[in-house]
Amino acid sequence: MAGLMAAALLPAEVAKSGPLSVPAPHKLMLKRGATATAPIRVEVRNGYHVNSNKPSEDYLIPLTLQWGAGQLTSTAVTYPPPTMEKYAFSPAPIAVYTSDFTITAKFKALGTPGTGTMSGKLRYQACTNNMCLPPKTVEVRLPYEIE
Amino acid sequence: MIFSKFLRLVPAILMLALAGCSRSPQTSGNGSSSHTSRKTAADFSLRDVDGKTVKLSDFRGKVVLLNFWATWCSPCRVEIPWFIQFEQRYKDRGFAVIGIAMDDDGWNAVKPYIQAHHVNYRVVIGNDQVSAKYGGIDSLPTTLLVDRQGDIAATHIGLVSKASYENDIARLLNN
Repeated sequence: MAGLMAAALLPAEVAKSGPLSVPAPHKLMLKRGATATAPIRVEVRNGYHVNSNKPSEDYLIPLTLQWGAGQLTSTAVTYPPPTMEKYAFSPAPIAVYTSDFTITAKFKALGTPGTGTMSGKLRYQACTNNMCLPPKTVEVRLPYEIE
Repeated sequence: MIFSKFLRLVPAILMLALAGCSRSPQTSGNGSSSHTSRKTAADFSLRDVDGKTVKLSDFRGKVVLLNFWATWCSPCRVEIPWFIQFEQRYKDRGFAVIGIAMDDDGWNAVKPYIQAHHVNYRVVIGNDQVSAKYGGIDSLPTTLLVDRQGDIAATHIGLVSKASYENDIARLLNN
């Protein structure tokens, strides 16, 4: 019984790669021709940070979310403001994301009514206070229903 | 009865002890090894920016600082000016630095960087095969000190102090 309850509390699906994971987003409901926004929650493991969408240095690899083609058209991706953190390797604070943050994805329903899944690629590059991991990509799957 | 319970716990205690001793490649570390326990540094053959072949085995007889790095890695960038100094300072005593860049963009990313920063040591572009030879390099920087016999004398994962490198180099050059 306890096991069943624990299973019910777990997210349906978590996309994970390295120190970053994306819990499965809720289904996006929208009418044909309408627009809607989907919050995409991102979790970064404790002790790690990822570069923001607009890193402090041009050589740093930014966090990006890009959607593939589908019945929904991506019209905007809005990233949260970064936090400015100081690390052992940086003379000045740099713009990063740590812990949990949410990216907002805006879509327009141009396709026919029905259900489907939009697929996006979240690319990031993570570091700790003294080392970095190679850039990685996580697939984000957003279920939707066009009425 | 108590003794049999203890016996049942022994495997669990051993597992915990071993887990405590193992080091994940993700963690930063600073390890030097005694001469008798050193492993041979795997040989590789890669090309430098001028297209010339760089083989680790050609450096046998020298102390080599082998640095895995990337242009997008901020901690790596902190260390590179130190390595330029080390190359300059200790070259005549039988020391060499080799940089293995792990950038996916290869020379497109690496060449402008090493030119702009006047990197005075050999730099090559790494690949998965070379990474695998060294246990799968995931954390950058990862830097190994190779002794004159071609054995790995120290491994540093992550940014460590300049003094730490200098101590290792001095110790190996004096051996």
